Amino acid sequence: MTTDYPEKGIAITGIGQSKISRGAQKSALGLTIDAVMDAIEDAGLERKDIDGLACWPGAITDGSGFAPVGIPALQDALRLKVNWYANTRETSGQFGAMFNVIAALNAGLCRHAIVFRTMYQATARKRGLVNASFQPGQRTYSHMAWHAPYGAFVAVTQQALYFARYVHESGIRPEQVAQIALNGRRNASLNPAAIYRTPLTLDEYMESPMISSPLRIFDCDVPIDGSTAILLSRREEAKDMRNPVLHIDSIGCNMHYRNNWSQLDALATQAQPEVANMMWNRTDLCPKDVDIAELYDGFSFHSINWLENFGFCKQFEAGDFIEGGHRIALEGELPINTNGGALSAGRMHAYGQIHEACIQLWGRGEARQVKGDPRVVALSTAGGPLAGAFLLVKE
Amino acid sequence: MSSQPSEFPRTLPALDLDNEAFWTGGKNGELLINRCDDCGYYVHPPTGFCPSCESRDVRPQPVSGRGEIVTMTVNYRAWFPDIPVPYVVAMVAIEEQQDVRLITNIVDCDPLSVEIGDKVRVRFEQVEDLWIPLFFPDPEARP
Repeated sequence: MTTDYPEKGIAITGIGQSKISRGAQKSALGLTIDAVMDAIEDAGLERKDIDGLACWPGAITDGSGFAPVGIPALQDALRLKVNWYANTRETSGQFGAMFNVIAALNAGLCRHAIVFRTMYQATARKRGLVNASFQPGQRTYSHMAWHAPYGAFVAVTQQALYFARYVHESGIRPEQVAQIALNGRRNASLNPAAIYRTPLTLDEYMESPMISSPLRIFDCDVPIDGSTAILLSRREEAKDMRNPVLHIDSIGCNMHYRNNWSQLDALATQAQPEVANMMWNRTDLCPKDVDIAELYDGFSFHSINWLENFGFCKQFEAGDFIEGGHRIALEGELPINTNGGALSAGRMHAYGQIHEACIQLWGRGEARQVKGDPRVVALSTAGGPLAGAFLLVKE
Repeated sequence: MSSQPSEFPRTLPALDLDNEAFWTGGKNGELLINRCDDCGYYVHPPTGFCPSCESRDVRPQPVSGRGEIVTMTVNYRAWFPDIPVPYVVAMVAIEEQQDVRLITNIVDCDPLSVEIGDKVRVRFEQVEDLWIPLFFPDPEARP
């Protein structure tokens, strides 16, 4: 039995989310307060109970809206007294903050910890700050400096390099790739909080503009203003709290590849396979036990990659697996991205997936609720050299 | 046709003691990649440490400037004003060592003609005090 891994002693006990929009009527901090207070209330706790705080990646005050709110601003606004806090920029993708909280709770450094992720990119883009770290005429110290001179300013161009290699090796066809976007939009049509809810047809996808091949506009997620908060507690305490216990059954957080966007030694798969292996090695569960997969879809190809790297299908066979979209639909054998994902519900940047996993496990999905009392959700995040994964289980 | 007018606005990297040779070698027509004096392993991005044999005798050395496209994308979106689109962003493996990969543009050709596996050669574009390595289709590799 793989019962002694420490993440099994940790549970998600509350979730919260602000209004998600293409232009907020509140500040980024205001949205963050909404999400965090929502999560505390959801767990049946009060502000004074929160003694741990984490976020990803910490405040980046460059006007880009990528991460406008960090721990100090939120903590001071809510007048929280914490025993442990940390942001976590250099880690296994956005989930790194979750993994740090798991460690801190196990170390006894705190009892109830909030993780939040706030983005304000919809408003920032209206102000013209597309990318604050790469500007023509300026010398960059960015970790992406090897890309900088070549017009590879943005994630879509940088990551298209991995996806193009995947297309080259797998032979996946555009109409197969399209199913990720179509599935997301179909699910979003049942989610009142999603950004884009009008059904998308295969023809519309195929006729949509190419941004950076092989990525079309519908393969790219939607920048939003919004905040998501996740409350984690020790499993023993969770048993006495308001919501049914959802425990973390295993995590994948390693990095066994070259940790470098230009030298990553796993182009077609990105850093995902070893992360998925770690996750499966720490649990008695296996892919066939998973009821729902909330797969990162910053770009559609991320979800395609994760389907293979999690072992839901064989390597380079995801195209066949998703063809027609039936298997991954809400009523299919493996529903994915049930709220519409980042492609249609908006870029909550992996924390939307955690929020949605809890919605489904707690049976709050309403029109988009997956039938049959789902019990196990697999979650994944990020691309390139970043990757993180975990299994969330309802007891 | 040229996909890459020299007016392409480039964000330039800040130089340091490790990367200076790479970004300035083009002044002498040389693509300089750090190489271990002891075991011959090429080290990129450049550092003074050989991860293969742990030698600290690692120095910039000229390479042939020949390579192969490992992956590439055609970018259609002008992320800043005055950037001519479409243009090709590629990852090129140098001929001397497959795991040395350079992000670059493929120039002096139709962007839509470029494919993974194409052989390419380096040329340089001077911007201020830097010589940016760019690659173009190897004429000897084309039928």
